[in-house]
Amino acid sequence: MNPAAYLVLSAVLFSTGLLGFLIRRNALIAFMSVELMLNSANLALVSFSYANGNLLGQVGAFFVMVVAAGEVVIGLAIIMIIFRTRRSASVDDQNQLKY
Amino acid sequence: MNPLEIVVPVEATGLFQYAWLMIAIPLGVAAILLLGGKATNAWGHWLGVLGVIGSFAVATALFVQMLGAEVADRAVQVSMFDWIDVGNLNLSAALLVDQLSILFALLVTGVGSLIFIYSVGYMAEDPHRRRFFAFMNIFIAAMLTLVLADSYAVLFIGWEGVGLASYLLIGFWQQRRSAALAAKKAFVVNRIGDLGLLVAMFIMMALFGSLNFAEVNQAADTASASWITAIGFLLLLAACGKSAQVPLQSWLLDAMEGPTPVSALIHAATMVTAGVYLVVRSHILFELTPAASLAVCVVGVVTLLAGAWVGSTKDDIKKVLAGSTMSQIGYMMLAAGIGPAGGAFAIFHLFTHGFFKANMFLGAGSVMHAMDDDTDMRHFGALRKVMPWTFVTFGIGYLAIIGIPPLAGFYSKDHIVVAAWERGMAFGALAMLGAAITAFYMTRLMMMTFFGERRWAKGVHPHESPGIMVVPLVVLAIGSAALGMLLNSAIQTWLAPPTGHHPHATALWEIPWQGWATLALVLIGVGVGYLMYRGEISFEQPRTKNPIVYIGRNDLLADQFNDAVFVRGGGKLVDGFQAVDDLLIDGGVRSTTALATGIGDAFSRLQNGYERRYGLWMVVGAVLVSVVLILGRLA
Repeated sequence: MNPAAYLVLSAVLFSTGLLGFLIRRNALIAFMSVELMLNSANLALVSFSYANGNLLGQVGAFFVMVVAAGEVVIGLAIIMIIFRTRRSASVDDQNQLKY
Repeated sequence: MNPLEIVVPVEATGLFQYAWLMIAIPLGVAAILLLGGKATNAWGHWLGVLGVIGSFAVATALFVQMLGAEVADRAVQVSMFDWIDVGNLNLSAALLVDQLSILFALLVTGVGSLIFIYSVGYMAEDPHRRRFFAFMNIFIAAMLTLVLADSYAVLFIGWEGVGLASYLLIGFWQQRRSAALAAKKAFVVNRIGDLGLLVAMFIMMALFGSLNFAEVNQAADTASASWITAIGFLLLLAACGKSAQVPLQSWLLDAMEGPTPVSALIHAATMVTAGVYLVVRSHILFELTPAASLAVCVVGVVTLLAGAWVGSTKDDIKKVLAGSTMSQIGYMMLAAGIGPAGGAFAIFHLFTHGFFKANMFLGAGSVMHAMDDDTDMRHFGALRKVMPWTFVTFGIGYLAIIGIPPLAGFYSKDHIVVAAWERGMAFGALAMLGAAITAFYMTRLMMMTFFGERRWAKGVHPHESPGIMVVPLVVLAIGSAALGMLLNSAIQTWLAPPTGHHPHATALWEIPWQGWATLALVLIGVGVGYLMYRGEISFEQPRTKNPIVYIGRNDLLADQFNDAVFVRGGGKLVDGFQAVDDLLIDGGVRSTTALATGIGDAFSRLQNGYERRYGLWMVVGAVLVSVVLILGRLA
């Protein structure tokens, strides 16, 4: 098996997530895009772990999953509250936090 | 005896150990009067008189003991306590009782006692008489500290103390705006002189490590001439401030706002002579610096003529006497600047002047008392019959100041003129001219006040003053008449150790040619004064176009000069400094902060609330970092 293929897949997923984050306005979609980028990073880590023959990359992937799980819990809660108070899920409407 | 011999004082024994009582008694009395409040109103003034008389008694006792001592034992050091003892700095507070300081102590407390007694009558109507006596006692204590100090540091305490007392007493009638302003002016002008004394002390401390008179004098010739000259000029500045010498003379005329006994005691007889005392006390330093000594002589001559000028043009009786005081202190300064040949005569003239000037000021106070506190001589006239005691005592003071033999002023001034003549022809000639002008303005004062027609304001009924005011006048008049003859032969020998010795004939009846010449000039001055002021004198001051009269009436334009040069010039200078400060220093600081704020502002625009924009910037950043890393790897 060629690790390069996994890395290419990882890059494609990351770019998709990045573009989604930069282009889409819906907060949930932006959120999903972030998850996509995290998981593409996980894929790359696991691939490197396989290629190098040790478990360091997999350990890193687990850490990313744990952090991502926490992030999902808090992030979704914030999005829910904002939606309830402002009746909108568009990130461009939430621009009050500025200089 | 060597004129520059330095006298090292011996330790105090016997009565001398109690010299500090002279200062402590008036100080304690002042404390009682100020802290006791209204409870002391009824008898406070008598306690005040007792304070200075007690001090006088101690001074007399010390003087008697000194008379009985050997010449070598006459300078006595009275240790009191360690004042400042830090590292290398070691100042002890001690008194020096010697021939010079005991004379001063006798003058201050003796004339002071008479003026205090007079004040009991003069201030009888004043609701704040107790406060007046408290301040006067503070003055006596401070003045005695000044003259009895054995080091410049202790002297400085007294120096500032008399400045404070003078400020309090000039502004005694503080509800009058002019008095409050005059007090402030005196204080501020005095500070300039104080600065000179302070810096001189700093230099002495740095050069000699001591401020003690004897130690400084012993070490003086080890220092470089330029430093000694600097000290000399700074001490002269100090003396000019305290003694109202040109160019720091402008405060003395305004100081006449104070009650008349204050003018008599502080601004004529004692405090204003502190500058002369300082110069005479430091004469060993001045011996080493011809430049500073010459400057002292020049200041003295200029002031004696300037004071006489002012005295000749004023119509206010107290201001004429104030101008005359300036002028007479100018004589003392001149004598002090001459060195050992004149130092003793400076003190001699100071002593006799203390008597006749206090006498005349108190006489002027008596006249004012009679004329409802009017001071304008144009409103007097023909008072000799109404106030015979005042007239006779004032007349003796008049004869004494213009120098008619055998009254006191003749001897003391004559010696100064002779010494000045030996110092330089110009000094001698100008001193003689000053004597002639003195005779002129004093005759003018006498003519306008006591002779001629009545020019009294409506409703004024002059009367002789009460006995408590007349008795001091009589005593002072006797002093003015007799002191010259009494002290003439003794003063030079007596003062030789502290002031330096320079043989100079002082025979009682042998008058040198300078004496005859001065006498002739004085008689001319009297004659001119008589002829000019025997006729009609207008009630109102006539306007004048004569520049000499105009300048004299306006205090030699000193206020205008100070205003133009120091107040406005100083203001301009400060404005300039402020502009530089604004532009360069504050400008630098402000532009630094502006730069930081500007950068911060610019970057804060990036935080616009659109989180997709944040994301974009993160990508840009990540790409930049990656490019740098990759390029680094490739290189």
